[in-house]
Amino acid sequence: MKFKTFPGGVHPREEKELSEHCAFESMPDPSIVILPLSQHLGKQAKPLVEKRASVVKGQVVAEADGFISASVHSPVNGTVKSIGLESNSSGYRKDAILIVPSASAEGEDIPVPVSFEALDPATVTPEVIRSRVKEAGIVGQGGAAFPTFVKLSPPEGKTIEVVILNGCECEPYLTRDDRFMIERPDAVIGGLKLILKALGVSRGVIGIENNKAAAIAAMQKAVETESGLSVCPLRTKYPQGAEKMLIKAVIDREVPPGKLPMEVGAVIQNIGTAVAVFDAVTRGEPSITAAVTVTGRGVKTPKNLIVPVGTPLREVIDYCGGLTDDAAKVIVGGPMMGVAQHDLNAPVMKATSGIVVLTRDEVRAEEETVCIRCAKCIDACPIDLLPTRLARLSQLNMLDEAERLGITVCMECGSCAYACPARIPLVQWLRLGKQRVMQQQRTRGTAA
Amino acid sequence: MSTVTMSETARGGDLSITTSPHLHSRWTTKQVMWFVVLALVPSAISAVVYFGFAQLLILATAVVFAVGTEAGIQRLTNKPITISDGSAVITGLLLGLILPPNFSLVSTAIGSVFAIAVGKMVFGGLGYNIFNPALVGRAFLQAAFPVAITTWTVPNFSVDAVSSATPLAALKFDSVSTAMGPLFVGNVGGSLGETSAIAVLVGGVFLIATGVANWRIPLAMTVGVVLFGGILWLVDSSYPSPVFHIFAGSFLFGAVFMATDYVTSPMTSLGMWIYGMGISLILVLIRVFGGLPEGVMYSILFMNACVPLINRYTQPRIFGEAK
Repeated sequence: MKFKTFPGGVHPREEKELSEHCAFESMPDPSIVILPLSQHLGKQAKPLVEKRASVVKGQVVAEADGFISASVHSPVNGTVKSIGLESNSSGYRKDAILIVPSASAEGEDIPVPVSFEALDPATVTPEVIRSRVKEAGIVGQGGAAFPTFVKLSPPEGKTIEVVILNGCECEPYLTRDDRFMIERPDAVIGGLKLILKALGVSRGVIGIENNKAAAIAAMQKAVETESGLSVCPLRTKYPQGAEKMLIKAVIDREVPPGKLPMEVGAVIQNIGTAVAVFDAVTRGEPSITAAVTVTGRGVKTPKNLIVPVGTPLREVIDYCGGLTDDAAKVIVGGPMMGVAQHDLNAPVMKATSGIVVLTRDEVRAEEETVCIRCAKCIDACPIDLLPTRLARLSQLNMLDEAERLGITVCMECGSCAYACPARIPLVQWLRLGKQRVMQQQRTRGTAA
Repeated sequence: MSTVTMSETARGGDLSITTSPHLHSRWTTKQVMWFVVLALVPSAISAVVYFGFAQLLILATAVVFAVGTEAGIQRLTNKPITISDGSAVITGLLLGLILPPNFSLVSTAIGSVFAIAVGKMVFGGLGYNIFNPALVGRAFLQAAFPVAITTWTVPNFSVDAVSSATPLAALKFDSVSTAMGPLFVGNVGGSLGETSAIAVLVGGVFLIATGVANWRIPLAMTVGVVLFGGILWLVDSSYPSPVFHIFAGSFLFGAVFMATDYVTSPMTSLGMWIYGMGISLILVLIRVFGGLPEGVMYSILFMNACVPLINRYTQPRIFGEAK
């Protein structure tokens, strides 16, 4: 069988076997909940509660502020301890609401969790799906955490022909989308159908990398009786799960630089997002849990977990047996694009997909040597940039030339730095250059 | 909280903080270089088989002087000594393998010093040189010792025990064609590592299969020589046939080991095609119309000089931009 793919990319060690056979477990309430007001792309939410206020599981504690924003709900019954700057797994300190969960004493009335009315997916209208997704505070689970409601509300004049569910999970180590497809195929398909309905689209495709045979089989079985839905097995290659690469592989269209997938008639949603949409509509659940793969050789017992949002990383890691003696790096997200953590008090957020712990041997720094022009970075770049040239231009601060050569198109997937035999931090230089070029563009915009 | 906090169950100590990606491919520059050295072993063996154990002295001299020159210059200029990266070993081996059998060891050493000093270090060392250093060394020796460098030895197992002329020279000056069998195995006159097509091909397949060498340049050269050589051969069949072009002389060795040198070849895919085809065009012109029987060295050196220009004008279309 010939599997579809995109040109370029790299093949990191997959390491999925550490956790791919671990069924989801639900983690109990943590000792403290840290709820960042911004767990999404866009404006941070406005807090609705004050210090010492009692909150109930499911209650909105911060509401969406503007169109591109998302509400935040309390994942526990408890008391607001403080509202202020806290460590955040993005690497920056950000505003968050701290909630101390209340231990339920014997005989005491447990407050009933707040939830929405459960709806029948067969009769629910597109408007209701959209408002439910907004109320539930659902954000994209693919990494960028873009508010899902916005993606379900395309601007006038854009025709969407296909919704592609992203089941690639191309980041090494992570297995939670895989587990969702195996354990909850009905929720995945149900969520996809709700998304299709909200967008008024009839064609849905689930793209899955071929290292997930069980998930492909489960999804193929689930779409058998559905019209308009299909499964598209893809070659395992990083970054197949990047929106542009997925669209290229599945429908062979190229999203122009600076444009959204809608430009070519496609909307991409993550597997986890589809499940969240399904649960919000059919069970009335707001976005108060995150599905997280906790894995790597630096953690004693890798697991796939359903974690209350706001749980400190250290409690999640402890729940998995703790760190090994040679644990050296804790990454939130996957190892190709995730963020290394300096403070394990930072919380799990809505879009946290993984906690990957690498060992000392796996993170040993190697010496950077000169570029030998081997062009491996150019072969690896999925969007056909010249990483070594752009990195050099970034070093020399030659921003106009870098802009001309497309530095702002870089999606920072890191394939170039992965491939470089001289260990030059290519994508890091590109990130810096890209930020500077965009800064320059903004200044130019203001001047004009 | 400026201190790093670890869970109670874990050891204390610092967490490693770097930006993504947190994984790297296993390839390092050093490993790439030593794989090339490994790929040259079959050709070195063919040199010993056809021209005797004494040839190992030439190879050893070339390598020792290349590595020594690099280390010496780095020492004199207070730069870090990087000879363990293997690149000077490659230059030495390559130079040795493109010299005639029983070439003077003193001349070999001079060529090696020149290759590294003038071909590589004056440009700033590895990564910055414009011309393939081994070919620079060979070109210097060609100018300095024109007779010695075209004095060929009759190989062992030769089918024609008196002729030491290279197949290209035999065809060009005496209209004597060499059979394909000897060209393939290597019992013909020529430079140490270049006579045996099979040995070069083994190394080439190894480099391409492991992903060290890009296949585009050797393929582009082959397509080019078939095209340009073929046209001339169809016009006048006394010219070398495309197959003869490929298997005689330095073509294969140049295509596999010289033209694919990362530093001195283009980085874009289209650039690699232009570069490879360009080498073959110049090569065919030299072989068919030039005064010399062979032209691989000059054609590669010439195209080396065009690489910055080729890179500049062959930037790929960015994904999603209008075609």
